[in-house]
Amino acid sequence: MISRLKATVTDPHLLRALTGIFVFVGLWYLFTAVLNLPRFKLIPNPIAVLKDWFSFTPASGRSIFTKVYYLDIAYSVGRTLAAFTLATVLGVTLGLFMGWNRTFYDFAFPVVEILRPMPPLSWIPLAILILPGVEIAVVYVTFIAAFFATVLNTLLGVFSIDKNYFLAARCLGSKPKDVFVNVIVPGSLPFIFTGLQIGMGISWMSLVAGEIIAGKQGLGYAIYEGYFLYQFEHVISYMFTLGILGYMSSAGIRAVGRRLMAWEARRRGA
Amino acid sequence: MATGVQNNQGEILIKNVTKIYDPEGVHVVAMKDCSFDIAAGEFAVIVGPSGCGKTTLLNAIAGFDTITSGEIYLDGELISSRDKQIRPDVERMVVFQNGALFPWKTVMENVIYGPVVQKRMKKREAVDVARRMLHQVGLNGIEDKYPEELSSGVQRRVEILRALINKPKVVMLDEPFRGLDAVAKTVMHEFLMDIFCESPRTMFFITHDLDEAIFLGNKVVIMTTRPAQVKKIVHVNLAWPREHHMLASETYLDLKREVLEAVHEEAKKAFEAGEREMA
Amino acid sequence: MEMIRELRLKREFKKVFNIRLLRGFLSIVIFVVLWQIVVFIKVPYLENLPYPKDVAVGATEAAGSRTYWFGWGISLSRIFAGFIIAQLIGIPLGLAMGISKAFKDYTFPVFEMLRPVPPIAWIPLAILFWPTRELSIYFLVFIGAFFIIVINVIQGVSNISVSLKWAASSLGARPKDIFWKVLVPGSLPSIITGMTVGMGVTWNVLIAAEMIAGQGGLGRMTWEAYTNNNIPFIVVGMVSIGVAGYLCSTMVRWLGEKAMPWKKRF
Repeated sequence: MISRLKATVTDPHLLRALTGIFVFVGLWYLFTAVLNLPRFKLIPNPIAVLKDWFSFTPASGRSIFTKVYYLDIAYSVGRTLAAFTLATVLGVTLGLFMGWNRTFYDFAFPVVEILRPMPPLSWIPLAILILPGVEIAVVYVTFIAAFFATVLNTLLGVFSIDKNYFLAARCLGSKPKDVFVNVIVPGSLPFIFTGLQIGMGISWMSLVAGEIIAGKQGLGYAIYEGYFLYQFEHVISYMFTLGILGYMSSAGIRAVGRRLMAWEARRRGA
Repeated sequence: MATGVQNNQGEILIKNVTKIYDPEGVHVVAMKDCSFDIAAGEFAVIVGPSGCGKTTLLNAIAGFDTITSGEIYLDGELISSRDKQIRPDVERMVVFQNGALFPWKTVMENVIYGPVVQKRMKKREAVDVARRMLHQVGLNGIEDKYPEELSSGVQRRVEILRALINKPKVVMLDEPFRGLDAVAKTVMHEFLMDIFCESPRTMFFITHDLDEAIFLGNKVVIMTTRPAQVKKIVHVNLAWPREHHMLASETYLDLKREVLEAVHEEAKKAFEAGEREMA
Repeated sequence: MEMIRELRLKREFKKVFNIRLLRGFLSIVIFVVLWQIVVFIKVPYLENLPYPKDVAVGATEAAGSRTYWFGWGISLSRIFAGFIIAQLIGIPLGLAMGISKAFKDYTFPVFEMLRPVPPIAWIPLAILFWPTRELSIYFLVFIGAFFIIVINVIQGVSNISVSLKWAASSLGARPKDIFWKVLVPGSLPSIITGMTVGMGVTWNVLIAAEMIAGQGGLGRMTWEAYTNNNIPFIVVGMVSIGVAGYLCSTMVRWLGEKAMPWKKRF
């Protein structure tokens, strides 16, 4: 037990990692708090950020001990979750059907290809104008971001399936419905999860922009508000909060993927 | 010569089959006027130069692809002609060249897939049958593994069992043991011999390996280079079950010489044709 | 002779007017017609959309105006500046991290700490730090492409099989040769993938940055159309952004094909 602990502490990787992070934070502190370099004057130093982030009485009113911090998180997570779930359900369904049925593909794919190159964030003005309420507009922009990534990767997933699996399934007496359930869905899962992973990243990014431009609450909105109110400490602590949430959501998708694709995990010897 | 056919099913008649790919364009004649029969319960091995159209014939019998003219009958029923292509079904089971076990299903799920999806057996029943089959060939303890955790030799055996559990009239194998090493191949041959002697059914076996062809087959059908036709049919008069010491017998060596000569001639033609195409 | 030509003509005709292309064309027509109908019969919410015709009129107007094309120029130059700097810094950094285990041990954790932060959340800091708005937009575009390219290069290097390196050394290659002849071309497919993905993200970041903080550019123009309540022009702006993004991605892909003649398609 102790020897293992010792091994962990003296692990060169960990030591190097800590050194790397220490140097980064040290330089940040040096540039801002000590040397006061010209462009760094307005940037808060790491200690100030941490103090504010973990203070009972933060100057910005936002720390891990305030309700509003968790409210901001709840708003952003709620929006992302709603948009992402919708994008997954619709995107995977559309992608699978496009891969399953040639005629449907011929009709649907051109429209997807026309709409797809438009960056999700270019939808913001139209979404605000057309959709009822800013809230839905923000969710819509977040949705669009994940939707196309999911559709496209699902479709690629179906196309990636070896033709022989289809032939074998037919030989074994499968009806089209059985082929769908037993070949198309499991066969495209690895690509679907890649798509979800990518989609989640773009979703967070679009959410932040949506919140900055049109939102009333949420982490992105709070970051921008902090900028206007000269509370730069919480601008940075919120950036890291977003980073942590983004990281956790990708890790969550990966974990679900591993559960659903036991055969992939075992092949890699996990 | 025959092995005492138990079920009177699985007779294949191939009559003047011609297959042209892309008739309006490149116009590749893959098969021309190809005719031969396989009796019910016969183990037919098809050999010939690569790319000569053996797989084309398999695809036509399996119902994966059409033919341009001619007819194919299974037990007297027309299954493929210019105007007719019946869908693939459980009577004509294919074991693929590169293996087509579903990687996302365990060994057990793969083997019971056919009977369950056809609603021929309840899942519990199918599991019992599958377990018995696996046990019989000494493949126990792998039921819950995924195919990619197994060696390719074991994968092939499982795939053959997945086909056999459906009790097909014909089993078609497209170079199933390609890429296996010599030792693994010997194991596979004994495995196939065992299950064939246990319940003989019509086999359509494509290979490049002439030893394999003679060792396994009732008859070896040698195809010409493209467009494929039957060059020669060699009947193998070795006793069943085949055993490896037969590979040294006089009869075997004579057979091999006969097959080798025919194949070599065609291979040379194919090679020269290839060179001509290059030039 | 005559028959052969006829046959060939028929084949060409089939190639151009095949059923799948027809369906594609039809699907776009249906899309536009549906759009028209939806606005005409005033489907709730969607009734606020402009008619396709109005968008077409807006587009012709835009095509004749200098400010519109100026917007293209501004956006494209921002994309290129940020994107190219990201490649110039990101590719060597990724190669270094891929080659030297120690270097990766030191730098990767910091990199992983910053990577999940959405690029757009950098906007306030970027504005604070950089002396001009233009530079801060370059920086945001840079962030959008930087992390993606680095991750892809690291992956690319690690995917190169050891046997390739051994083969090279046994042929007498020096470390310098292995770097240029094996590592760089070997990681090229991943580099191109990273560039393609990065280009997509970059446009997304640019549009947000322009809407929030920019002067000029396609994103800003679309935003101004919104504040002026010129709805047809919002759609024109969106489509223009889509086309611009598509052109940039195509260019990256084309570059990839030029750089990797041994890979016909990827």
